[in-house]
Amino acid sequence: MILVVLPPHLRTLAGVTGDVQLEVEGEVTRRSILTALETQYPMLRGTIRDHVTGERRPFLRFFACGEDVTHEDPDTPLPQAVASGAEPFYVIGAIAGG
Amino acid sequence: MSSVRVLVGTRKGAFILTSDGKREKWDVGGPHFAGWEIYHMKGSIADPNRIYASQTSGWFGQVIQRSDDGGKTWFQPGTPAGEPTTTPDGMPKGESNKFVYDTSDETGKPLMTHQWYDGTPRPWEFKRVWHLEPSLDDPNTVYAGVEDAALFRSANGGQTWEELPGMRGHGTGSLWQPGAGGMCLHTILLDPKNRKRIFVAISAAGAFRSDDAGATWKPINQGLHSQYIPDPTAEVGHCVHHVAMSPLNPNVLFMQKHWDVMRSDDAGDSWHEISGNLPTDFGFVIDVHAHQPETIYVVPIKSDGEHYPPDGKLRVYRSRSGGNEWEPLTKGLPQSNCYVNVLRDAMAVDSLDSCGVYFGTTGGQVYASPDSGETWAPIVRDLPPVLSVEVQTLT
Repeated sequence: MILVVLPPHLRTLAGVTGDVQLEVEGEVTRRSILTALETQYPMLRGTIRDHVTGERRPFLRFFACGEDVTHEDPDTPLPQAVASGAEPFYVIGAIAGG
Repeated sequence: MSSVRVLVGTRKGAFILTSDGKREKWDVGGPHFAGWEIYHMKGSIADPNRIYASQTSGWFGQVIQRSDDGGKTWFQPGTPAGEPTTTPDGMPKGESNKFVYDTSDETGKPLMTHQWYDGTPRPWEFKRVWHLEPSLDDPNTVYAGVEDAALFRSANGGQTWEELPGMRGHGTGSLWQPGAGGMCLHTILLDPKNRKRIFVAISAAGAFRSDDAGATWKPINQGLHSQYIPDPTAEVGHCVHHVAMSPLNPNVLFMQKHWDVMRSDDAGDSWHEISGNLPTDFGFVIDVHAHQPETIYVVPIKSDGEHYPPDGKLRVYRSRSGGNEWEPLTKGLPQSNCYVNVLRDAMAVDSLDSCGVYFGTTGGQVYASPDSGETWAPIVRDLPPVLSVEVQTLT
């Protein structure tokens, strides 16, 4: 199981209180995690990736094992610790005002 | 017994204020969608328990919410509680949040760009829903005015949305520019006496009318004069802040423009100024008494650079003569050191026998007058900045 940490607003929207657990088919990448996340929680579609382009929304960033993977290719395999569920994949809202 | 339900959208959530017909004691419900910007909520006249809400965030985008029980519980219409989260072919849902501009060959070609602030062409980019207007007859049909300016419609209770491309594509779209708040379609008026007639207004493009249920549109800005644009009488480019109509007389429209309060007696074909003796004719809101179609309300704001009431006095101005002659309504409103704003969708009227008038401020107050503006009292004083106020009259 993959662990995903969502920002508080998206937890509320998804109706979850803690980390999200996901089954991800195939290679564990940013794209496959987000696709699995949106499949399990369809109310999150459009909130992390643009509906039309599939691109990351501008004020969101992604971290894995302490590394900023925001600007990595979305199909780049994530670290084994994330793939195994030992470490979570973080979706974080950029700080841009109060 | 009659009652009222006031729907308040704020910078940090939604609130629902309820009272009986006396409108003296209020229950305050919320916050709903805490932490999110709620640009607008509106109930269906056809089914008052049906309420739509626009929930939005600069971080997380647009979410459409719907209640079928008068605001007690909410859900995203594309993903009802208890239903599978994927379509039969395995595709995830969430389509209720999806607003995609029409780019089809037939209707999409003229819609590629509008003007940026500096006059350069800029592609349309969806940002948020400013206004939701349920159909007068069908609770499952609802219109959405969005930024960048366009009109969408859902015929299935908000599950999916389709653009009415004739609005953006009628011919002047490439000349539209954003106002200070963005290029938003913020006003949607449905004519109760002519079901095929729709009015919309856009900052900063102007007002537009369709006489065929939204298929085709034309600008209705003749008579508007805007000194802040290169051609003050241009066909489009006017920063219309809000338009109001009495359902009793829908051919008469009232407009609060960036500067100037305007009136049309021919469904927008021509306009004339009715600012009269107002202390300033800048402002955002305008509304019409529920039973007296010549009684109108505005809240004058000092200027486009100083978004607060003149002299620190919060005054609603009322005209009983359809404009030009205005009287200040002050009883119960702060008359010193008041520097709030009242945004364009933050005033509404109920339809009880003694017409109630309501407005919300950027200081978080929601004021109510149960007697057509004679006296005012705050329902709440300390909400987040108020973005919108709508009222449902329940019998």
